[in-house]
Amino acid sequence: MDKLNTLKHSELSDLFNKDEERVNWHDDTLWWIRAKRDKAAHGISEWELLRETASQIKNNVLSNLYNYLIEFESKAQANGIKVHWAANAEEHNKIVLSLLQSKGINQMVKSKSMLTEECHLNQYLEDNGIDVIDSDLGERIVQLAKEPPSHIVLPCIHKKKEEIGQIFHENLGTEAGVSDPQILTETARIHLRETFLTRKSALTGVNFAIAETGEFVVCTNEGNADMGAHLADIHIACMGIEKIIPKKKHLSVFLRLLTRSATGQPITTYSSHFKKPRKGQEMHIVLVDNGRSIQLGREDFRNSLKCIRCGACMNTCPVYRRSGGHSYHNAIAGPIGAILAPNLDMKEYADLPFASTLCGSCTNVCPVKIDIHDQLYKWRQVIVKEGNTTVAKTIAMKVMDFTLSSPTRFKLAGKIGRWTLKHAPFTVNNQFNLWFKNREMPEAPKESFSEWYKRNNTEK
Amino acid sequence: MRVGLFVPCYVDQFYPNAAISTLNLLKKLGVDVYYPQNQTCCGQPMANSGYEHLTKNCNSLFIENFAEFDYVVSPSGSCVLHVKDHLHDDKREEDALKVRCKVYELVEFLTDILKVKEISASFPFKVGLHQSCHGQRGLHLSSMTELVDVPFSKPLQLLNQVKGIEMIELTRPDECCGFGGTFCVAEEAVSAKMGKDRVEDHLLNGAEYITAADMSCLMHMEGILKRQNSKVKVLHIAEILNAES
Repeated sequence: MDKLNTLKHSELSDLFNKDEERVNWHDDTLWWIRAKRDKAAHGISEWELLRETASQIKNNVLSNLYNYLIEFESKAQANGIKVHWAANAEEHNKIVLSLLQSKGINQMVKSKSMLTEECHLNQYLEDNGIDVIDSDLGERIVQLAKEPPSHIVLPCIHKKKEEIGQIFHENLGTEAGVSDPQILTETARIHLRETFLTRKSALTGVNFAIAETGEFVVCTNEGNADMGAHLADIHIACMGIEKIIPKKKHLSVFLRLLTRSATGQPITTYSSHFKKPRKGQEMHIVLVDNGRSIQLGREDFRNSLKCIRCGACMNTCPVYRRSGGHSYHNAIAGPIGAILAPNLDMKEYADLPFASTLCGSCTNVCPVKIDIHDQLYKWRQVIVKEGNTTVAKTIAMKVMDFTLSSPTRFKLAGKIGRWTLKHAPFTVNNQFNLWFKNREMPEAPKESFSEWYKRNNTEK
Repeated sequence: MRVGLFVPCYVDQFYPNAAISTLNLLKKLGVDVYYPQNQTCCGQPMANSGYEHLTKNCNSLFIENFAEFDYVVSPSGSCVLHVKDHLHDDKREEDALKVRCKVYELVEFLTDILKVKEISASFPFKVGLHQSCHGQRGLHLSSMTELVDVPFSKPLQLLNQVKGIEMIELTRPDECCGFGGTFCVAEEAVSAKMGKDRVEDHLLNGAEYITAADMSCLMHMEGILKRQNSKVKVLHIAEILNAES
């Protein structure tokens, strides 16, 4: 895994593509979800108005983030919730650990939270003697497989049911060779039920935090966030500071968009509102920055913070579908991951904005209208300007500029290129030419268009 | 109305027939069209690779070649989109803006400016239309499956006027072919796989020809088709709109 960690998106995609059947299966699975999303969107005539409204609300939030956060904090405190602020991942992890330690707790159940993935909380807690069990089924599966999620909504979408059967056989004692989803789900249910009943602490993510009321909303299909939170003595909810929405009435806009965009469902099975701790329970919220303020200050990239983590851009991305979530070597994969990650570590994630054809499908499905593909283009410029490129690429680009800057040089280079293709094809059609690996070179015509034009328009 | 013909660099060198068809088609429709001889490239290959700062010379050259015309027309949605979005020149910014506003991809020039209602072409074959992303999602040459919108297609509006042509339906009507400029070598594995999948869709649905408003996607798919020894051929939309039988 260490070696894999140092590989770039193109290399990891190359490995993923060694098994073409698997790529086909992965692509078809996610395309099916994209098609469900289309059907759900087309079922609502005001879909584009909804997207525009959500986008405007989020723009308002980003422009007034400070005020909304302060409002949310005071309302939440008034409701009896304890509010913590974390500037970065490290602070976030320390806050969670100290809360658990103050109660003498060493076991925790956790529902899905991409923020905790971003902060690598599980590893940190494990290193400090806390046993964490992920209660989202998909997350539990990848946790048992000792892998990170490959998708923000569908964490184990890269696993076939037979592989899940094997993981369950090894970890939960199902019979070898059993891959029937009904049996596997039942097994997970029994296993998790025991967890829910015995854990004293529960951590959940936050989908939306409402400034007006100080409550937060957690959306799940499995009810696992509720099961964990309702039975625990201490409920810790972790959220990025961009999750704020101004008023409760705005929630409906997002709830209508979120799951239709994510999986094509009209709404999540559970949209749970948490407003105050029940008697005897402690409720905490950790508000995490971790680079978000910096991103907010980047004019070209700030609106990436509008993201509501639906994953639609991943399902539609023709590259993601054929490279798998792990090829993005980041907690958040796909197009949105590729515009968020360089903000956190430009050098480490310099490859991600280039893992796209800029086809623009991501921008079209985004429920909050983030201009994802334009930001990919802009990140490329920033990454190169900051020096996160290779000397070979820079030389190649300078040669290209030198050639294309002069009509004479361009015509000469074209002539030489076409002559070489025709008379010495072996110099082009070989292993050093990556195009040639799976594609034939175009045939070289005997004259270029400009040569033809000159011959046929001598009068001009 | 004087029209400047912009022929993208790779079309000039490798696909002269697409450019010749574009020129002849425009002439046939009575357009006063010129080909400025000193043109090279729009600069997109460098810009998409993160080197937009190296495109200044290409930009100046482009403006020098095309500022004088009423319209600039090109048989490539991708290059036109690049010019529209990124053509700048510190010394001639006003001219740059004018060029950005008057540059048109061939199909949209025919449907929106010339408002062509009748095309005298004949092409009695089964044809698959590849929706090139930059033309479709960038220039809005047709509606997109992701958006809730009234369906329309400018390329089909023209192709449907061609005698004898039979347009096939695709399983995924507007998925990217995976070319992506330098992406095709920088991300070789995914790029080639996307190309194979796109070609497969056309083959399974019985295409004899694949056409598009962008030669770069067609070049990519042609490379895959030839590797597979397929009989299916690619043709730029101008070649079909100009076809006589």
